[in-house]
Amino acid sequence: MSRPSDHIDSPAPSPVTQPALGPVGYLRFFWRQLTSMRTALLLLLLLAVAAVPGSLFPQRSSDPNGVIQYFDKNPASAPVLDGLQLFDVYTSVWFSAIYLLLFISLIGCVIPRTTHHLRALRGRPPRTPARLERLSVFVEVDAAGQDPAVAIDSARSMLRKSGYRAELFDGPTLSVSAERGYLRETGNLVFHTALIGILISVGIGGGFGYTGQKVLVEGQAFANVRLSYDSLNPGRFFSESTLPPYRIVLDDFSATYEEENRNALGQPIDFSADVTTYEGDGPGTKSTIKVNEPLRLDGNDIYLLGNGYAPSITVRDPEGEVVFSDQVPFLPSDANLTSLGVVKVPDGLAEQVGMAGFFYPTAAQLDTGALTSNHPDLQNPVLTLRVYKGDLGIDGGIAKSVYNLDTDELTAIAGDGAEEKALELRPGQTADIPGGLGTVAFDNKDPDADDLLQSVSRFASLDVHRDPTQGWVLFFAILVLLGLLTGLFIPRRRVWVKAVETSEGLRLEYAGLARGDDPGLEAAVTDIARRHSQQLGLKLSP
Amino acid sequence: MTDTLAQYSLIAIYSAMAVYLVAFVTFTLDLAKRSAAAQSLAPAVPASVAGSGGTAVLERETPAAPQRNYTFERVAYALTVLAWLLHVAGTVLRGVAAQRVPWANMFEFSLTASAIVVGVFVVVQIWQNLRYLGAYISGFALIVLGFGTVGFYVDVVPLPPALQSYWLIIHVFVASLGTAFFALGAGLSVAQLLQARREAGRFPAAKFLDTLPDATKLENLAYRVNVVGFVFWTFTLIAGAIWAEHAWGRYWGWDTKEVWTFIIWTIFAGYIHARATRGWRGSRSAWLAIVGFAAVLFNFTIVNLFFKGLHAYSGL
Repeated sequence: MSRPSDHIDSPAPSPVTQPALGPVGYLRFFWRQLTSMRTALLLLLLLAVAAVPGSLFPQRSSDPNGVIQYFDKNPASAPVLDGLQLFDVYTSVWFSAIYLLLFISLIGCVIPRTTHHLRALRGRPPRTPARLERLSVFVEVDAAGQDPAVAIDSARSMLRKSGYRAELFDGPTLSVSAERGYLRETGNLVFHTALIGILISVGIGGGFGYTGQKVLVEGQAFANVRLSYDSLNPGRFFSESTLPPYRIVLDDFSATYEEENRNALGQPIDFSADVTTYEGDGPGTKSTIKVNEPLRLDGNDIYLLGNGYAPSITVRDPEGEVVFSDQVPFLPSDANLTSLGVVKVPDGLAEQVGMAGFFYPTAAQLDTGALTSNHPDLQNPVLTLRVYKGDLGIDGGIAKSVYNLDTDELTAIAGDGAEEKALELRPGQTADIPGGLGTVAFDNKDPDADDLLQSVSRFASLDVHRDPTQGWVLFFAILVLLGLLTGLFIPRRRVWVKAVETSEGLRLEYAGLARGDDPGLEAAVTDIARRHSQQLGLKLSP
Repeated sequence: MTDTLAQYSLIAIYSAMAVYLVAFVTFTLDLAKRSAAAQSLAPAVPASVAGSGGTAVLERETPAAPQRNYTFERVAYALTVLAWLLHVAGTVLRGVAAQRVPWANMFEFSLTASAIVVGVFVVVQIWQNLRYLGAYISGFALIVLGFGTVGFYVDVVPLPPALQSYWLIIHVFVASLGTAFFALGAGLSVAQLLQARREAGRFPAAKFLDTLPDATKLENLAYRVNVVGFVFWTFTLIAGAIWAEHAWGRYWGWDTKEVWTFIIWTIFAGYIHARATRGWRGSRSAWLAIVGFAAVLFNFTIVNLFFKGLHAYSGL
């Protein structure tokens, strides 16, 4: 059995009453059910339906913050949905069950078809049917006076020239049986096998690959070891030794914004991260990473996925001693790069101090008095900071996000309801921390310039990926496409030419049978009949 | 300069819409006229194999049973071609104005995709007379252009860095091409369903169906058109994955748009299998093709507008 029994090209089922089935019989029955066309179709449609919820609910894989927000907004229903794995649809038990069953069904269909096809590729075309006139396309031509052997022989050589595999059959009447389009089934099998290849490659790639994120301020370096990453998501079989030893320095990050088109003022046109990479002890290599142009390095792909500003902030104690000095990445929250950031000063001052604030690259005042940014470039940079004192909560050994300030154990001393207003700083300015705790300065990176366009460093948010089977996935995807093209558009057909001797002389019969969808069969058979008649010098009546 | 060209582009599009409207009305009148004419016609004679005596070659099956001259149809078709030329001119002008391919946001995409849908409809006529779908296609183009110009018009703006890739040209164009074939296929499948009902005697009012090919022929045409769409869709999926790897660092991430592209691919894969499954040929597989095209429309409208995802920056 090469095809499932309910394939349109398989013989119609006979209404036989099944004998009682033993255990093996049942297994065979279920296997046949699983590999039937109907089951495959059902599983395909089920897969389409099962994929839908993943677009309705935020997914942990693609939108983890969305999941957190969903939990906040719907505290009652979210755990129930989570129990149904609706936030992890594509790794859920039910989704996996559907596609695994589909692939088992697929394998169960492909293997017998492959062996059958390999046999067919080596075998002869099937014996000519006794009654050609029963076939869907049938043409007959009066060939009185012709020699049957010559006629059939010329038909065979003509069919062979047209790419048919042709075989002579004796029997009661002389005939040629021909078949073409074996590539259709080959393409079909390649298509389905390549799909299995994609699934396996994806599975292996996910196990051995990893993705990591790193925020890098201009001038900073990043060494490719696990601890350097801000976050790293390793696959199941990840080992640290697979991290290639290289180092990246972000020399410069430049952003270009539209300045002329009045409909798009401030819209980003280009982001470029100029980096120097060091592999081993050799000299550095300069390269540029852009949004659509990742850097390929040692089997790693390094992408530029985000950027923002990292204001340089220096905190001094009342004696003027520096207790904190860093370029602090502020995370952008809108297209004009209004950004949020946090500074934590655990040591050096009389009390622990935390600051949370906004950075506005081009500050402008709203009607309400609040600030906003109306351009992403540094036209009027302003930093505002709310200041808190008390327990930062970082001494307990529990990891805390550097982008988040937990104010539960803190007292506001500037802004956020405190007597003093929030601190407001421009590049180069210094302000006193209320309560005589010390000072905080917003350093200007480029104090000698006429403008402030270079006064604040930028950071680039880099994603480092390794996917060892990515190339294989592409290879199989191309096979899928090629298999599809040949499997759908190359017609597979059988053609027979028979020389029937009647009382009125020789009659030539031509017939064709489509295997699979073949809209051109009729034209092909009539064309063969016409050409063959011409070759024999027969006149073909219209 | 840019604004002037964009204005000309819009004028051409509005003109195209006016002509599409007239074409649509004329196509509809043609169908009405066919209904009236069909009453006086004898039932279609099926193409038959030549008799057993003598020598003969099988006769070609006549495409649409009794071949007649449909004046209204010819006028409507000529109008559609005219509207399409205006439509293409408007789309190209938009591209010249923006100095890039005119399919970088929802407005531009509605221009280009509908132009390709009508373009495929026009080109396909060389292969097969499908003009009876004219009312559907011109109406479709009219609606898409209407929504595009009224709802999503945006001025010419430069490409954001994420869209600065040659994959924008390839991926989106082939997606539109696939959409065009699916649109045509869905039209044929609807005609097939109507025809099947009529053949079952349940649709006596729609007499114009007598002038269309029979349900089996319509099904075969729909299949051949949809299969081309499926190949383009597969390519779109692969090209999209390659681009996603370049831009986002992963070739597949179950982004909402990726999810729906996958769903559509799966539905049409199901359709192709249904055609090869006993008991699923005919109306059942036709429904799958229609659901598939509905999912395509859903993907370009609802998913773009209301679902959160990475494709959202394509600008509304």
